[in-house]
Amino acid sequence: MQLTRRILLKTGLALATLVAMPRILLAAAWPEQAFTSTAAAEALNGLFGTDQTTPSDKITLGVPTIAENGAVVPVEVSTTLDNVESISIVVAGNPRPLAASFELLGNVVPEISSRIKMGQTSDVMAVVKTDTGLFSTSKEVKVTIGGCGG
Amino acid sequence: MASKIKVKARITGDVADVQSLMMHPMETGSRKDPNTGELVSIHHITQLTFMLNGAVSLVANLSTAVSKNPYFRYKIRGAKAGDTLKVGWVDNLGQTDEVETVLK
Repeated sequence: MQLTRRILLKTGLALATLVAMPRILLAAAWPEQAFTSTAAAEALNGLFGTDQTTPSDKITLGVPTIAENGAVVPVEVSTTLDNVESISIVVAGNPRPLAASFELLGNVVPEISSRIKMGQTSDVMAVVKTDTGLFSTSKEVKVTIGGCGG
Repeated sequence: MASKIKVKARITGDVADVQSLMMHPMETGSRKDPNTGELVSIHHITQLTFMLNGAVSLVANLSTAVSKNPYFRYKIRGAKAGDTLKVGWVDNLGQTDEVETVLK
């Protein structure tokens, strides 16, 4: 009797864990090393295996010249490059430079907007990965009030 | 629990313009609690997934540098009214949230 109950409990628990798991299957694991890097070059290395990018004028990086509030800095990245695989946003002056990396699958138009935090005035770099390589463009954003808790 | 993700999509031609806003503290781990003076532990969304009709269209890997209550906007081709759009995230503590809407 006891044994049956134990088995029942175990099965129940296993089922509960299964149900609790996110129903959306994640495409790949979160690249922890790249995201916890403290230097921009290191983060790029972790993400792409190289920190060499080709400057490109086909990438439009929409950021304010002066961000009054570093906690909410609007960022918009769009590109006319073909076969875009991913778009990443790197803030050189942040404790953890890699802010976000978007993997474009399906029919996504390479045009992404979000809001990021900036601890201090620094360069914001958009890195676009296509099937032919890594391209980037940077702009400096002046921050008057930092957004990293200070 | 009701989902704390808001999704708004507008279709122009065959392109859906998707805007989403989700409630999340996005703690950096370096912010001090103003009352206790202690560091607030790190808590942020690590991965965000957008799916159109069950197929993953956009995966966003995020760090703490994304603002509190993250906002994202993206566009996807080949969308039409009646398609289902699903948005979901998982954070560094293993918490999740997701929402599904039908495009109009």
